[in-house]
Amino acid sequence: MRCLVIAEHDNQSLKAATLNVVSAAAAIGGEIHVLVAGENAAGAAQAAASVAGVAKVLHADGPAHAHRLPENAAAQVVANAAGYTHILAPATAYGKALAPRVAALLDVAQVSDILKVVDADTFVRPIYAGNAYATVKSSDGVKVITVRGTAFAAAATTGGSATIETVAAVADTGTTRFVSAEIVKSERPELTAARIVVTGGRGLGSGENYQKIIIPLADKLGAAIGASRAAVDAGYVPNDYQVGQTGKIVAPDLYVAVGVSGAIQHLAGMKDSKVIVAINKDPDAPIFSVADYGLVADLFEAVPELTAKL
Amino acid sequence: MKVLVPVKRVVDYNVKVRVKSDNTGVDIANVKMSMNPFCEIAVEEAVRLKEKGIATEIVAVSAGVAQCQETLRNAMAIGADRGILIETDAELQPLAVAKLLKAVVEREQPRLVILGKQAIDDDANQTGQMLAALLGWGQATFASKVEIDGGVARVTCEVDGGLETVLVNLPAIVTTDLRLNEPRYATLPNIMKAKKKPLETVKPVDLGVDVTPRLTVLRVEEPPKRQGGIKVPDVATLIEKLRNEAKVI
Ligand SMILES: Cc1cc2nc3c(=O)[nH]c(=O)nc-3n(C[C@H](O)[C@H](O)[C@H](O)COP(=O)(O)OP(=O)(O)OC[C@H]3O[C@@H](n4cnc5c(N)ncnc54)[C@H](O)[C@@H]3O)c2cc1C
Repeated sequence: MRCLVIAEHDNQSLKAATLNVVSAAAAIGGEIHVLVAGENAAGAAQAAASVAGVAKVLHADGPAHAHRLPENAAAQVVANAAGYTHILAPATAYGKALAPRVAALLDVAQVSDILKVVDADTFVRPIYAGNAYATVKSSDGVKVITVRGTAFAAAATTGGSATIETVAAVADTGTTRFVSAEIVKSERPELTAARIVVTGGRGLGSGENYQKIIIPLADKLGAAIGASRAAVDAGYVPNDYQVGQTGKIVAPDLYVAVGVSGAIQHLAGMKDSKVIVAINKDPDAPIFSVADYGLVADLFEAVPELTAKL
Repeated sequence: MKVLVPVKRVVDYNVKVRVKSDNTGVDIANVKMSMNPFCEIAVEEAVRLKEKGIATEIVAVSAGVAQCQETLRNAMAIGADRGILIETDAELQPLAVAKLLKAVVEREQPRLVILGKQAIDDDANQTGQMLAALLGWGQATFASKVEIDGGVARVTCEVDGGLETVLVNLPAIVTTDLRLNEPRYATLPNIMKAKKKPLETVKPVDLGVDVTPRLTVLRVEEPPKRQGGIKVPDVATLIEKLRNEAKVI
């Protein structure tokens, strides 16, 4: 057995999700190699080589990988796929765009968003917004997998001393061109990796109220901030705040849901949090069915009081 | 320009599914079925492109059981011009669906295929990307804005840190995210009109595609249940519990 982990990175460093994928690869067993496809990505390749458990880093460097387009990344993975029994990527926007493309090029199935490795061919994954867990066995020679980060502990960033092998970067497929990115830089912890998450829903009523109510609480707790789909759709906050079945999956130590009703699609993204607090004025809101501590109250009074007393 | 829109029939998003007691799957007998919400967004986007004079014909295609005809009629009520049902009772996994769609693309020669980013039953999020790979086309996934300008699509995509804009040469694959549009309701006259639109049925063998599943579902289980919690009377108690009981702050 030999696993190839596709690193998500920014050329200088690894994205945290890559570390969870390394742990999933370790659960499968066999040698772990990491592919770093980037442009001037020696820093990221070095970071990957230091991750505990990694035996080898394949470093493909070239202009085709400047913006990590999935067309080029998939071609790179396929060019270097020989000898691997498992190819793994994080179940992030990057990994989700890439892994199915790799699988189709290899004519194999792709196993999405695994929660658990049962054995080298068998994995547990959520279906129906996490309302059921399916154990699936792959009959393909190569398993292409995306990994749910919250289901696997992060591998240590130090302790490894992998060799770095330079591999030829593929040429640009030419189908797609990167134009621009609107990425908001924030001092806050990343939503999917934070220890505490404060989420605001439609109950806030406006983006202004989100700023006034949610941000001070999150600041006090050193928390990442999230939102329900309704809050994103209404424009209170940007799309990358969305927690849920079709947004981000989080499992922090503490999740505080403010003015969120708890639709199944929202619960799918946060019900594995260790401790859940819900603040909602409707005592029958479904969010209370998963909350460890529920406070039936008007959020406009309760949250500022909470922020003040912390 | 012809636009192809694949649509999937799934358990309605309002239904909370139950796992079967023999753990072979979820119980979908007698539950409400609907078009996958992301596919609805895809149909709506195609219709808007037609209204702008960019798309000339919209072909909806669905793969699955005979009842997928209803899903196709629904797509035609929103505004698709005709439907193709790839009829089979076999279990279809994303790779097989992508291969079936590739065969349809080769026959229909659309310039654009718009798909939902994921189906809310198996939550796989694979078919569009797989189809793009099989065709050797570019892909723009999780789209929140699509503009067609001559031979290229300019697509804004939802990514983890925010938004990213790419130019994809046509023909191309676009997969939809929630913010792309808000699908219209099909009006009664349009529902009636949809009944008369052409709907062709083909079989996977007609398309020369082997749909044998690559993944076997061994077991389907309920996820672990959360322990029921408590309601706290006030903010002070909440803080006390978080500090001393849960020890998370
Ligand atoms: C295909 C699809 C995918 C989806 N994916 C997601 C997803 O990934 N994530 C997601 O979150 N949703 C998702 N949804 C949407 C989901 O179904 C719900 O519509 C959404 O989660 C509701 O958001 P909300 O709880 O903020 O709003 P609402 O359901 O409107 O709830 C607002 C809550 O605020 C409370 N409230 C109002 N005022 C106050 C006040 N003053 N004080 C205290 N409480 C107050 C109300 O009692 C209510 O419970 C999806 C839906 C579909 C169809």
